[in-house]
Amino acid sequence: MITPERLFGQRIGRVIHSWIDKINEINRKYAEPKIQMSGGVKFALLILRLYLIFLVLLLAYKFYTMLR
Amino acid sequence: MDFGSTFFYKYRRFVKALKIYLILAGPGLIVMLADNDAGGITTYTVTGAKFGYGLIWFLLILLPVAYVVQEMTVRLGAVTKRGHAEAIFDAFGSFWGWFSFLDLALVNWLTLVTEFIGMTAALLIFHIPPLITIIVVSIIMMIMVLQGRYWTWEKIAILFAAVNLIYIPAAFLVHPSVGDVLAQGLVPHFPGGFNGELFFFLMANIGTTIAPWMIFFQQSAVVDKGMKEKDIPWGQMDTLIGSVFTVIVAIFCVVVTGTVLYGVPVESAAQAAAMMIGTNPWLGTCIAIGLFDAGFLGAICISLASSWAFGEVFGWAHSLNFKIREAPWFYACYLFALITAGIVILLPNAPLVLITLFVQVIAVTLLPAALVFLILLLNNEEIMGKYKNTIAQNIAGIVIVVSIIILSTLYGITTLFPNLLS
Repeated sequence: MITPERLFGQRIGRVIHSWIDKINEINRKYAEPKIQMSGGVKFALLILRLYLIFLVLLLAYKFYTMLR
Repeated sequence: MDFGSTFFYKYRRFVKALKIYLILAGPGLIVMLADNDAGGITTYTVTGAKFGYGLIWFLLILLPVAYVVQEMTVRLGAVTKRGHAEAIFDAFGSFWGWFSFLDLALVNWLTLVTEFIGMTAALLIFHIPPLITIIVVSIIMMIMVLQGRYWTWEKIAILFAAVNLIYIPAAFLVHPSVGDVLAQGLVPHFPGGFNGELFFFLMANIGTTIAPWMIFFQQSAVVDKGMKEKDIPWGQMDTLIGSVFTVIVAIFCVVVTGTVLYGVPVESAAQAAAMMIGTNPWLGTCIAIGLFDAGFLGAICISLASSWAFGEVFGWAHSLNFKIREAPWFYACYLFALITAGIVILLPNAPLVLITLFVQVIAVTLLPAALVFLILLLNNEEIMGKYKNTIAQNIAGIVIVVSIIILSTLYGITTLFPNLLS
């Protein structure tokens, strides 16, 4: 199994491991949104997701046209 | 009570209120004047050169826009005692938290590079090489934060913010016709008709008025300053005074270039300063100092906004009141951002123009999310209690936020596809 220790050596591997643990801890801590998910909040977050997908597609298109 | 006693009583009350304000003033003033950063000053300079005084009325509209958005961060910070990054993680979960945090870190770093571009370009006019500028600026910025007190940092930052007002005496140096400024500037109209180019400039001016880092910075600064619910009115006043100053500086900047460079093709504030220094050395010097200061103010706020966000998310000690030993990661983040941004400037053939354009696009991905989260948090009674948005605040907030989202998105798209509006 590929571990950070094997890839980068013991010292750097331990640092990377501690970072991964920290990120996992943050993900666990904030796993559930604490704000009450009313209809308005759900709708706002949905619009935000669609907006970001639109922007990502736009950036991808720009990248594609630049490569062409 | 006779007149003398009434006057004395009111005078004492005023002095007392002023003293309290001076203690609590800071985050609003600093964030608003730092809003006129290197990018902002460049936008105003080019706007003045392109449209003369014709868009001053539009800058006045930006005053309530800036105030309404930033005022919400004061209430949110004072009530929750949390920065915006932590508030997003806590309320909306890790997906939106990571998205906002990583986007903020990227856009802040890119903006920091643009601030260094502004500072080095300004001091190059005085024949100071970029390497010296970057080293000296980085040292000053480190000294500012390492003294171990938020209060001291804030007062030094206010001093630098005051230098931003240099555009006011600069405007008097060019002797503009007050009648022309009022007649052309205060009557809403579109100079040369409404076209793609004008629309781009309107969007650019909005884009410089509200930036994602401002929301994160002011909320974290309110928390670090230790403002409480009872201080909210003072924080609001601070933000209002700051927004008035930011618009005044923007107007005077437009007046300067609108008077002396109207019709001259100008691409940056540094170029304008170099042009002016040839004809009027005092004026050119003022503009160059103003540009340097704008970049410096932006840099100190942006790098701090990132460090605060890192501290909030990773749970590290993150206050200017801590010594370096007590908050090593907080200061390491600050130093890392400074050094890497400085190195990019010094790299030969670094894609600086691309970075400047890219900032606008990346900012557009974060700004709507940060603003929507702000409105949602401010409407949550559980979080805000009696400080939640009123109906009037919501109407103003939502109208402004939706307008900013639409215009900043169009700005980002036209940056990506410049021929879209032509």
